[in-house]
Amino acid sequence: MKTQNHPTRRSALTRALSLSSLPLALGGFAWSAPAVLAQTLPTTKLPRIVSVSGSTTEIVYALGAENQLVGTDTTSLFPAAALQTAKVGYQRQLSAEGLMSLKPDAVIGTTEAGPPVVLDQIRSAGVKVELVEADHSWAEVQRKIAAVGRATARRTEAGALQTRLDAQWAGVQALVAKAGGQGTKAPRVIFILSHTTNASVSGNKTAAHAMMTFAGLDNVMASSGNPASYSGYRPMTAEAMVVAAPDVIITTTQGIEASGGVDKFWAKAGLDLTPAYKKRALVALDALYLMGFGPRLPQAVADLHSQAFKVAGRQAV
Amino acid sequence: MSFLQTRPSAKWVLSVGLILLAISFIAGSARGAYAISPFELLNVVWSALSGAADTSPQHMVFMNIRLPRLLLGVAAGAALGLSGALMQGLFRNPLADPGLIGISSGAALAAGITIVMGSVWFPDLPRTLGSWTLVVTAFTGSLAVTLLVYTLSQQDGATRVTLMLLAGIAINALAGAGLGLLTFFATDEQLRNIQFWLLGSLGGARWSAVALVGAVVLVAVCAGMSLARPLNAIALGEAQAALLGVPVERVKRYAVLVTALAVGAVTATTGIIGFIGLVAPHCVRMVAGPDHRVVLPGSALLGAALVLLADSVARTAVKPAELPLGVLTAFVGVPFFLLLLRHFKSRL
Repeated sequence: MKTQNHPTRRSALTRALSLSSLPLALGGFAWSAPAVLAQTLPTTKLPRIVSVSGSTTEIVYALGAENQLVGTDTTSLFPAAALQTAKVGYQRQLSAEGLMSLKPDAVIGTTEAGPPVVLDQIRSAGVKVELVEADHSWAEVQRKIAAVGRATARRTEAGALQTRLDAQWAGVQALVAKAGGQGTKAPRVIFILSHTTNASVSGNKTAAHAMMTFAGLDNVMASSGNPASYSGYRPMTAEAMVVAAPDVIITTTQGIEASGGVDKFWAKAGLDLTPAYKKRALVALDALYLMGFGPRLPQAVADLHSQAFKVAGRQAV
Repeated sequence: MSFLQTRPSAKWVLSVGLILLAISFIAGSARGAYAISPFELLNVVWSALSGAADTSPQHMVFMNIRLPRLLLGVAAGAALGLSGALMQGLFRNPLADPGLIGISSGAALAAGITIVMGSVWFPDLPRTLGSWTLVVTAFTGSLAVTLLVYTLSQQDGATRVTLMLLAGIAINALAGAGLGLLTFFATDEQLRNIQFWLLGSLGGARWSAVALVGAVVLVAVCAGMSLARPLNAIALGEAQAALLGVPVERVKRYAVLVTALAVGAVTATTGIIGFIGLVAPHCVRMVAGPDHRVVLPGSALLGAALVLLADSVARTAVKPAELPLGVLTAFVGVPFFLLLLRHFKSRL
């Protein structure tokens, strides 16, 4: 891992450059405007933050608090500017002294952060530790925004973001409900996680399952009618894939890359015997975008919904 | 290096070991992700010694994070080095290390079970044990598996070392298979937790752990030293040692007990720190010869120094993140070992 520049040590020029490129990187997202405004706010008295979850890092940027962000973990991959912050390692294997060396006022993340001993040590050094429990719900996203708002002392911005995202979420839910209400049968889908050579398939109680449900899709491995449904992830076997007979395969762009391209992905054992294969019905989204449970969640649900319905040959709303 | 043509005296070797340990300790104190200048370090040490109130962040980081970690490193390295020497002496086999009698694999299996199945099989445990859950289960696992290996090696009321070696290999393989099965059922997060545990880390060092592990290791080192003369006799063969009046059975039992307790306590707290137990005794033996009165304390000193050096690199190489210690003990230990091997190959 290469040593990253300490943000406070970076020259004003590079900071200005990276900030000015931020709205571009964020594309047309509604929250890029306050991010730009935030540059002018004084940063000397605002708390310094280390974010140890990809989703909370996104929220820090969404609140325009990136000047307060002094370090992130290895899952903080978005926006691209987050890659330039000091990296504190994997969220479950944090280093007490490493965290302290960034002199943060608060560390924010999910309850996956650890080890507990390290968190206790930095707590006893007076660092506030804000951890949000991940239960794969919309409320989880709202709790994260509130926690980041508290930790960064930007409650007003957090409240505004919550209201804006609530509206966006209501819109997406209405969209999905409309598709269901038209009597269109929900596409039968499975989610394949294949970041390594061993592919596994999501059952119930996973971030991927929650996203499929939000998007009005029927996760075959978790549907009540399937006697073989299960919780968590299971290794993917060719025969189970044939039995599942999904209409659409959902995976991550990282999974496609790890497989060596779309064609090689389809060559996985059993996939060529599914209904999905006939139409090459595949939806691949970025892993953090799809399963991060950050501020882009409504957008991701809408994307997943429209793309899955489209490749399934059903009327996308 | 003409002065090394003859074997150096025990005093000389142990002095060098002590100096090496002191240098690694001071180097480890001065280096870290959190920058503490030598002047600030002296200030911190002074206020700690004089009992003056010091609320500076340097004081907090050094006293609560870095110092317990260094001391745990000393305890871990000493336990691993000493136990390695005990095992090699007991088995009269240069490939023996503490892992051979199932300590590491037992701890690893128990840790794996706790990480993967803990919430299903014993969900109430964390409520009583808190963050000690993994430590307690891993320690229990290491003792249980070692006891199993020890029991399997009994024949006609005596411990047969060959049986222990083979039983150890078999049980290690079994524990490895159990761990493999667990990784099959594990989620991605659990898998990463197991992986990090298997690579070892001193990151969980806190004063309570240092006190517990330190006490066990201190007792183990004292008890281990008393085995030096008997082990010298056993080097001639068990029958000869018995003829010399050495209580061979008792020595074996003590050696296994000392190793199981010391390495069990260390491994349960830090995860698996490989290679130190194998390399440290060999290094000392190459320089100082096979006398256990030198090899045992020398291995403890060198083991501690090597762990401290490796951990200094682990803490600082990728700061503010850190590297797994188990990887670095090999990176630090192997070149050191090979260097000595080149120099002293005639003495093997």
